[in-house]
Parts: sequence; C-alpha cells; structure tokens
Amino acid sequence: MNDMADDIGLLNRPAHELAALIRSGEISAVAVTEASLARIEALNPTVKAFLTVTPDLALEAAKATDDALARGEELGPLAGVPIAIKDNLCVDGVLCTCASKILDGYRAVYDATVVERVKAVGMPIVGKTNLDEFAMGSSTENSAFFVTHNPWDLSKVPGGSSGGSAAAVAARMAPLALGSDTGGSIRQPASFCGITGLKTTYGRVSRYGLVGYGSSLDQVGALAADCVDAALLTAVIAGQDPRDTTSADVPVPDYVGELTGDVTGLRVGIVRELMGEGIDPEVRESVLTVARALEGMGASTGEASIPHIDYALPVYYLIGPAEASSNLARFDGMRYGHRTKERAADHIEMYSRTRAEGFGPEVKRRIMTGTYALSAGYYDAYYLKAQKVRTLLRLDVEAALGQFDVLLSPTTPLTAFGIGELVNDPIAMYMADICTFAANLAGVPGLSVPCGFTKAGLPIGAQFTGRAFEEGTILRVGDAYQRATSHHTSLPGLLGAGG
Amino acid sequence: MTTQPLIGLEVHAQLLTASKMFCGCPTEFGAPPNTQVCPICTAQPGALPVPNQRAVEMTILTGLALHCDIAPRSVFARKNYFYPDLTKNYQISQYEQPLCENGYVLIDTESGPKRIRVRRVHLEEDTGKNIHGGAGAASRIDFNRCGLPLMEIVSEPDLTSADECRAYLQKLQLILRWIGVCNGNMEEGSMRCEPTVNVIEVGGSAKTALVEIKNLASFRAVHQAVDYEILRHTRALLAGESTTRETRRWLAEGRTETMRSKEEAHDYRYFPEPDLMPLEVDEAMVTRIGADMPEGPDEVRERLIEQYELSSYDATVMTQSREFAAFFEAAAGAAEDPKAVANWMQGDFARLLNETGTPLAESKVSPAGLADLVRLIADGAISGKMAKTVFERMFETGKAPALIVDEEGMSQISDTSALEPVIDKAIADNPEAVENYRSGKKKALGALVGQIMKETKGQANPALVNELLVQRLGE
Repeated sequence: MNDMADDIGLLNRPAHELAALIRSGEISAVAVTEASLARIEALNPTVKAFLTVTPDLALEAAKATDDALARGEELGPLAGVPIAIKDNLCVDGVLCTCASKILDGYRAVYDATVVERVKAVGMPIVGKTNLDEFAMGSSTENSAFFVTHNPWDLSKVPGGSSGGSAAAVAARMAPLALGSDTGGSIRQPASFCGITGLKTTYGRVSRYGLVGYGSSLDQVGALAADCVDAALLTAVIAGQDPRDTTSADVPVPDYVGELTGDVTGLRVGIVRELMGEGIDPEVRESVLTVARALEGMGASTGEASIPHIDYALPVYYLIGPAEASSNLARFDGMRYGHRTKERAADHIEMYSRTRAEGFGPEVKRRIMTGTYALSAGYYDAYYLKAQKVRTLLRLDVEAALGQFDVLLSPTTPLTAFGIGELVNDPIAMYMADICTFAANLAGVPGLSVPCGFTKAGLPIGAQFTGRAFEEGTILRVGDAYQRATSHHTSLPGLLGAGG
Repeated sequence: MTTQPLIGLEVHAQLLTASKMFCGCPTEFGAPPNTQVCPICTAQPGALPVPNQRAVEMTILTGLALHCDIAPRSVFARKNYFYPDLTKNYQISQYEQPLCENGYVLIDTESGPKRIRVRRVHLEEDTGKNIHGGAGAASRIDFNRCGLPLMEIVSEPDLTSADECRAYLQKLQLILRWIGVCNGNMEEGSMRCEPTVNVIEVGGSAKTALVEIKNLASFRAVHQAVDYEILRHTRALLAGESTTRETRRWLAEGRTETMRSKEEAHDYRYFPEPDLMPLEVDEAMVTRIGADMPEGPDEVRERLIEQYELSSYDATVMTQSREFAAFFEAAAGAAEDPKAVANWMQGDFARLLNETGTPLAESKVSPAGLADLVRLIADGAISGKMAKTVFERMFETGKAPALIVDEEGMSQISDTSALEPVIDKAIADNPEAVENYRSGKKKALGALVGQIMKETKGQANPALVNELLVQRLGE
C-alpha cells in the first residue's frame, strides 16, 4: 500500500480521474478503496462524517472490479470509485439508523434501488454517513449519535441533513456520496462544505429504499467534487424503477455528454426575492460574480421573480411534517428497532414509551406539527391550504423558468454557522433552507456549486434551478462555471494540501 | 308513531388475486404464520407500495357488475391509526375519490324486486391477524394476511329489514363469485360485513343515532344482529329515549354491546397517499375489462325463463352460481326436457353434491350424462325409479347412464310380447285380486302390478303393465 501522503494526493483527485486511472490499470480499485478507508480512519475521529464504516463490503466490491478488469471486461465510468451512503438509504445487511435511537442496531434487509445501481456499476460502498435524525434538520446537530464537523472549520456545522455525506466528500474521505434532499438537504450542506450537490427532478431517481420523510418532496442525489462527477453519479442512479411508482418514465440523457462548456445564449434569471433582505452581503456578492462570469461566457442574465416564495417555508413545514407524521408511524417497536424496556399496560402505552424514548426533539416536533395539520377540523386550513399554495409556488417557478433557462440564487442565505449556535432557535435553523425549498415544492432540479469563500474562509454556494428533467442544463451551466473558476478545487486546510 | 329501520351495509371482499395488493407476496389461505411476507408488507424502512394491476381490474369488473360509474382518476389515501396488526400504522385505502361510485344491486323481496343503491366500491389492503392466547401470555401477530387486496362495497341505507340485508348479502356474494373476484366465504373472512343501523319516524323528524355493528362472521349473525338492533332502536324511539352514535359489537350470546362511542372514535387523518400516483383508468381499459364480463345472474335468470320456459323459482335455483347455470344450459341444450334437467339438478344432484361436499366443478356427472339420463327416461328405456339408482352410479363412477343400465341389467321391459306371459301368470296366481278388480275395487290392480314388477325385478315398464292389465281384465 502507498504511504499516506500519496493516498491524500490520490484522493484529492475527482472521481472521474480516479475512475480513469483504475480503468487504465495504473492503480487498482482495491488501492483506491484502501486509501479511502485509510482517510476515513485518519479523519473521521475529527470530522465524524460516518456512522458506520464498511471496509469488508467495500474491499470485496473493489476486488470484484479489479477482477473484472483483469478478465478484460469493459468497466463503467465510475467502476472502482468509493462512495459513501447517507444512513437513510438501505444497504442490505448494513446498519441503517437514520441517526435515530429508534433504529439503533437495525440492519437493512434489502438494497435501496440507488444502492443496487451503484453496486452494479462496481462502486465500493465505504460506509454510511451521519445526518439529522430522519433527515430533519440543517446541521446534523439533530443526529442522535453525534454532530458532524465542517472540514473547513471544525467549530462549524457541515449543514444538513446530508451533512455527513457532504463532509465526507469535502474531506475527500470518499470521492462521491449519496444524499437525500427534501427541502435542501443535499444543496445546503454541499454549499456549507464547498462541494457540488444535485437534487434531481422529483421522479428522476427511485426512492425505493430511501427511508421516507416527506414522500412528495424526497429525492436521492449526488454529492461530488465537481459537476462532471455529479453528472456521472446521477447517470448511474437516475431512471424509472418499477418499485417506485412515483419514479418517472422519462429517458435518462447522457449527462456527461451535455457538459459542453457552452452557455452561449443561455438565459439566466437571478431570483430577486433571494438576493435581498436576510442574505449575507458576502454571499450576495459572490453569487453576483457567478452571474458576471456566465455573462462573460455568452449567457444573458436578468431578474427573475418567484412572488410566492415567502410561503415556501410555511408550506414546506406543513407538507413535510404531515407526510412525516404518517411515514414515521411504522417506527413503533413492534417489529424492529428500539422497544421500551418499561412495562406497558397495552400496545398504545408501549408505542408511546418506545417513541418517546426513540425519537429526538426535532422529530417529535415535526410529527406533532404534521399530525395537527392532518387532524379533523384542521386539514382544510393547514394541509389542504398548503397544497394549494404549493401549486401557486410551482406555477411561479414554472413561469420564471419559462422566461429563463435556469434560475440563479444563493444556495443558503448564510454560510456555515457554529455548532450549537442555532440549536435553541428552530425558526432561525429553518431559515437556513429558505433558498432551497422552492425546488422541492415545485419538483424541479437544483444544483449547488461552490462560488467563493467568505473572509473567514468558509465556502459559499450558488444554486442553479432548472426545468423538470433538465438536470443536463443546470449541470452544463455549473460545469461551464467550474471550467472557468477554481473554487471547487480548493480543499480544506485539514487535508494539508491545496486549501 | 310509525317507524322505519334504515340499514346500510359495508362489505369487505377479499379479491382472488395471486399476489398481495402492494407487493408480490402470495395470497394463499392457511400458510404457516409469517411465511408470506416481505419488506413491503412488513413495513421495513424505505419500502414502497406498487398497486396490483389485477386487483384494480377486478375492482373495475365489480364496479361494472354493480352498475357503477368507473372514475377515470381515483386516489389512494392513507388511513392513519396505530394497531399492531397494521405494519405501517396506516392503511392504504381510498377516501375522497374511490374507483367506483353510484351503482346498485337488485334484490328479491316479498313485494317484488328492489334496487339497493351502492354508494361506492373502493380498493384497500387488509391487515394482519392478532392471535391471542396460546402458549404463554403473549399475543402473536401473523402478517400473512397483511396487504391482501380488499374491496370495500358500501351501500346506501336502502335496506329496511334483516331479511333484506340477507338478500342483499346473498345477492352480492352471488355476483362476486359469478364474476370470479371473491370466493365470498364469510367464515374464512374473505367476505365481511358491517351494518349501520338506525330507525326513523315515518313522516316525522324523530330518529335514533346511527350505530355500526362489528364482529359478524356469518349471514346468520348479520341477520340476528340487525334484528336485535332494529328492535332496540325502535323501542328507544317509541319511548323517546336519546341514543348515541357508537360502534357496537355482536356477542355470541345474541346481543350487542358498546365497543366505542363517538368520542372515542378515531380521527384517521386521511390524506392522499404520497407514495402512489393517482390511479388513471381510461375508457379503453374499462371497455376491455367490460368485454370480459360474463352475462350476469339476473340476465341469465331472465333468459332461462324465456328460453327454457322454466318457472321463476327454477330459474333462480339454476342461477345459484355461474357453474350451476352453465351446467344446466349444457344439459338442457342436449336434452329435450329442460324442466326435467332442472328437477334433477335441484333434486338428487344437489342432494348428492351437498351430502358428499363435492363442488359442482369436481362432480363426475357431465351435462351430457345428465341429458342422456333424461332422454332414457323420456324414451321409456328406464323407469323414474330406476333412474334414481342409475344417477347414483353416475355420480359415483362418472359412467354414461346407458352403460350403467347395460352393465347392471336395468333396462326396462317395454316389449308387450315379453310382458304377456308374466301378466298371464299374475292373473292365474291371484284369482282373488282379479275378482275384486272386476267387482269394482280398482285398487286391487296394485297387487297384480306388484307381482309383475317383482317377477321382472322391477324392469317392467309400469305404465305398459298397467295398460296391458286393464286391457286383459276388461276382456
């Protein structure tokens, strides 16, 4: 095995380069996987991105890829590249906790469709990453086990809920990771951690095996070093799945082929409502440099508007929790997971104690909010009204995307905040996702790319929102921008290189 | 005060699909506990439902058979409540937009046919089964039934007596079996019924509060429980007592008791199932499913009356099932006497099927065999009495009646020249009977016929013997 310094150099390369080295036989998949596992061993005690590390599973897959190459088989574009999986996606036989005590010790009994697909193309799974409990949160502080630290500043949160996946990629413990995004849970941590994150169109990627939070909002997506890697991973996981009837029967285009670098004539709408009050001036400035860069490449920019965007947060916090209150009902201690040790008089008392012990405060808050919103006498005023406003928001987004090819905005109003800074202020925490809700509510794709750093050295993210099933367009814009800039190649100081 | 009971029936019918409603697990009844389960029906984290297309088609077929409108777009909804036999702690059902609406079932009542309106037919999934008692104090749960496809068929409160409820259930059972969507077995729980009962003042505004009755595992229990509730409500109404909306449980001892009051009723927090797209049914699909629709029991019944000149009663019996009607038509078409076929089918044939517990489909008697038997009798080849024996042999062996008659030497003697010596002998042996007959005691003929039948081991054609005897004694 190579020495540590070489490993670090190796893993600092993007996934597509690693894959090319593996395909050409210059380095084995096993060596890359060992480097990833070694990096996890070295950095995870500090960053705490992983809940579970799966060396046996990873090395077995890496060996299989090496064997396939030795047999002269054609390898896929990501074969042998290690990947980290958010711990709300099922990997057969591996712990799946959703960072909740209620699933402590639970092992998945099947592979999620996305997991099946990354396995099928020969990607070694190195572990399961931390998250806010059941993907509810914006910082990983709602994990029942521990907080993940932002590799750029260990005193800051990595964002959430896919904070573990984002931190793992930012610290290059794994070149790629899967996350899930219900209200911004891929894009916001990608922004906080200085990496690229794509939430696909609702229905683009199968949700089978993703532990449901808000079923009508959830999408699985890629966290990556750059847009090329995000495009490659999206190509692997996208496509209709007969096991998820909400997955769409829409052909998957060649995402990498769409990365032409050409944005000539592309119309970029800067979302007015997301550039004003509440947006950190450093963030605003940085996003405007993206607009200027794109103009320089031949794109046109203009002001776009999503008039109902102020309602995104309340609508999200009605629909998400309403669906969650029902989705999380299955965690009752009856068939699997945590069950209270206290004696209970009947099944209802057993459920109450189990759930009181097993769920954390934010999950309880959302279950209660959602239950209330669906209750007789309140349904029309809350859930139904929220669905109607959701339609208005979708129409807003569609209208804006009729006028423009992509929308540009900050991914987050502020950069990574300090661990513990917002834990007692749920509303302020909710505001961290204010720029990302609209894409989930409208079901359209959103991409976050690094676009600079604050004076304090924290990454800033720019968000491109595209039309339904036009992931290729926002990836093309993001890639063109990355071809012209180097923010995405900057690495955190703790890696001792490039940062 | 004149009072009027109003009863609505909610029927749950298990669909005869090979797999469950939202997963691929088999649906066989009686498998060892928890052997027909998977991540979906045990609600493992991340598992998603996929609707069973066959179940959707069967529900549409049922909707058509019940004269319903089929919704081009219907929506699955979640019914949320916590119970150990419900793995997700919500049931996927349909709520605001069911698959079928506004149909009816025609029932026979003393005052003629009556139309019972069907409010809706929707699709949902069954729960598991809690098993209490047994070894230790623990309760156990069998999830084999969890996720089986169920249709819920809800009538309007058009029924006014326990008898009408029974007629409605029997008719519904007949139709569901007829179109092959449900085996209709109440004891096995593949068809379940929950009546909603109240009693109103005719021409006035007084009425009792609606009561739903649960725990009814047979037609008999439904009849008894509805009767019991009608009486209870009528008394309360006449006495001016106030009643409360509640769910009551039927007890084996023959009464109902409160199960839960309205205050304790669940708030199911229905909302559209976000894991499933709305169910789209286009006209082409309805047409295709409708093309598979067999002629219904009412239509066949009318046709049997018309085509075979059966009585209304006979036609009803012949349409007790689709198989029975098909058997009748096949046999009646081959025989010249449909009425005789109908008589055999509701007589000896029905009795033997019943006594031996044989389903018609497994019976060894073929329609052609029965037709042959009817023809042998009509031709005088065998007597009606002999035919009974021949039919029993047919039922046991499946052999053709002519073969049985041959093998057992049972053919009837209808040949005058063969009978004459026997008749001569009987007259010679019984001078007293002959004398009695000639002196006007016509009954005395019986003794003579008896001896002739005995001599011929029952094979003499009794009509011919009679005729020849009368002729000879009159000489």
